[in-house]
Amino acid sequence: MQGMTIIVKTVVRIVTSFIVLYGIYIVLYGHLTPGGGFPGGVIVAAAYILIMLAYGKEVALRSFGDKSASLLDNLGAFGFLAIALLGLTGGYFFLNFINHGQPFRLVSAGTLPLSNIAIGVKVSACLYAVFIALAIFGRAVYRAMEEPGKEER
Amino acid sequence: MHSLLPLFIAIPLGAAFLGLIIAKLWRGVGGLFAFLSTLSLMVFSFLLLGSSPSIYKMGGWIPPVGINLVSDGLSTLMLVVINTVAFLAIVFSIKYMELYTAKPKYYALFMLMMAGMNGVALTGDMFNLFVFLEIASIASYALVAFGCEHEELEASFKYLILGGVASTLVLLGIAILYSTTGTLNMADIAQSLSTHGANKASLFALALLVMGFGVKGALVPFHAWLPDAHPSAPAPISAMLSGVLIKVLGIYALTRVIFHVFGFTPTLGAILMGLGGLSMVVGALLAIGQDDLKRLLAYSTISQVGYIILGLGLGTPLGIIGGLFHLLNHATFKSLLFMSSGAIEYSTGTRRLSQMGGLNKRLPVTTAGSTVGFLSVSGIPPFNGFFSKLIIIVACVAAHQYIYAGIAAFVGLFTLLYFLRVQRNLLFGDLPESLQGIKEVPFLMCFSLVVLAVLCLGLSFLYPLMSKTLLASARDALLNTSAYIKLVLGG
Repeated sequence: MQGMTIIVKTVVRIVTSFIVLYGIYIVLYGHLTPGGGFPGGVIVAAAYILIMLAYGKEVALRSFGDKSASLLDNLGAFGFLAIALLGLTGGYFFLNFINHGQPFRLVSAGTLPLSNIAIGVKVSACLYAVFIALAIFGRAVYRAMEEPGKEER
Repeated sequence: MHSLLPLFIAIPLGAAFLGLIIAKLWRGVGGLFAFLSTLSLMVFSFLLLGSSPSIYKMGGWIPPVGINLVSDGLSTLMLVVINTVAFLAIVFSIKYMELYTAKPKYYALFMLMMAGMNGVALTGDMFNLFVFLEIASIASYALVAFGCEHEELEASFKYLILGGVASTLVLLGIAILYSTTGTLNMADIAQSLSTHGANKASLFALALLVMGFGVKGALVPFHAWLPDAHPSAPAPISAMLSGVLIKVLGIYALTRVIFHVFGFTPTLGAILMGLGGLSMVVGALLAIGQDDLKRLLAYSTISQVGYIILGLGLGTPLGIIGGLFHLLNHATFKSLLFMSSGAIEYSTGTRRLSQMGGLNKRLPVTTAGSTVGFLSVSGIPPFNGFFSKLIIIVACVAAHQYIYAGIAAFVGLFTLLYFLRVQRNLLFGDLPESLQGIKEVPFLMCFSLVVLAVLCLGLSFLYPLMSKTLLASARDALLNTSAYIKLVLGG
């Protein structure tokens, strides 16, 4: 059987959705409370890494593969740049061109929540992709190291 | 013209990310985007040439609150160098990178490195400088390891560790500066330091910054990573690293911090000249015994960077002109030499001098290009290297630094010596049996070589013009700190 024991799997199944939810909360409230795109993205990535550790590589990759992680990574980064470029419509790069709204409300602070979401998507996908790369690359190196040894025997 | 400034950062970043997205559908897009963005940036950097110094307030925030981009004479000079060499390196890459796989990733990393370097050259904020420094450095670590062979991974790891230590030193220096002055804007820090005077904490910060930028610029006590990292990268990247990256992250950042933030003093000048003199001598001595062509060029880079630092460290107008002119010249001839070494490797499949010879019979364009490069770097008139070295030596004599003038002349002779050896082993003599079937490299690679070779010759004839325009405005920007503060805080 792939992955860890049934105790770990059950706990991970229950906990993961809460971790993702907490990560999303940190991203969305980034402009009001401590946190923001980067910490929230790290928390979301941690949830996926937890799934990979508990259920094994294949299960995690089936739901969220390396291709889509890399695509989301680039989309997040490009989204952040696009928000910055849209500021040029108001005359300045990175200009906060949306109505700032009432302070301390969830929908306020103009482009900041949007930038936080873009960063959150980028960071979560990127850290998960780094973890995938380490998992896949580690296996490949071990296999390469083992095979010549077998030939010698 | 100031509305162009954010494009120098936005265009390469956009090309990198959008290129990787589209590359999932069409793999050729990376090269196209890289070509178009470097071409447009080169044109923009030339458009900036004639314009007066200006600042760009990011997001409309007024300095010292917001981050601002500053284009003065020095930044403009760096932008022209970065974007011209990058364009030629991309043109060279189109054919050369067929030796490698994963081209979209290569172009994306190249564009990220460009964004980082343009950002370092433009920013007027210390922490922003650090961020762009890291973007450019991290992209270059990945590019050094791009071949994924044993040697390349080792070189990249060494570069990563030493570069990481350097970045930590820079960050610590910036943190100390922030704690003593309470601001991160360079002009604001300079104003605060000039009114309150430098205390021990800010001097410690200066020492950390000199060490950090010294590692990035491969000055001699900090040079250990360069001879491994530069030869291991693909040839166009070697050209970018040697020709541009160490100048922007090392020399430019160092001079910007020393001249504009802390203010130039004779003691600082003596430290710079000492580092420069040491780099010149040690780099040249280590270059002599090398058998690997690219490794020899890497050691020669250390030696030539010493000249630039020596000229800037003199602190006299003539010395600064000489240093900046040598910076421009070194960017052209060292990129030319690294690209021709790449062309030779592309044709022959080896970089060992002992396995080559007589290449002039089979590779006429590459031979011509590398000969021009060798003559320039050794300082033979009428090529550009001669004039900048001459100006530096004359400036040393005028500043009564006779010892450094002697060292500069002596190292020039040494450079000639080891490049004559390369010339004899590489281009002349008998063609080995194994290399009888080699062919000249494709047109696009020749194009870059020829353009750079023409520049090597042309820059020396353009010097009378440039000394009054491009170089003079860069020199005035460096020497006039109060104008810089006024430009940023007053505008």
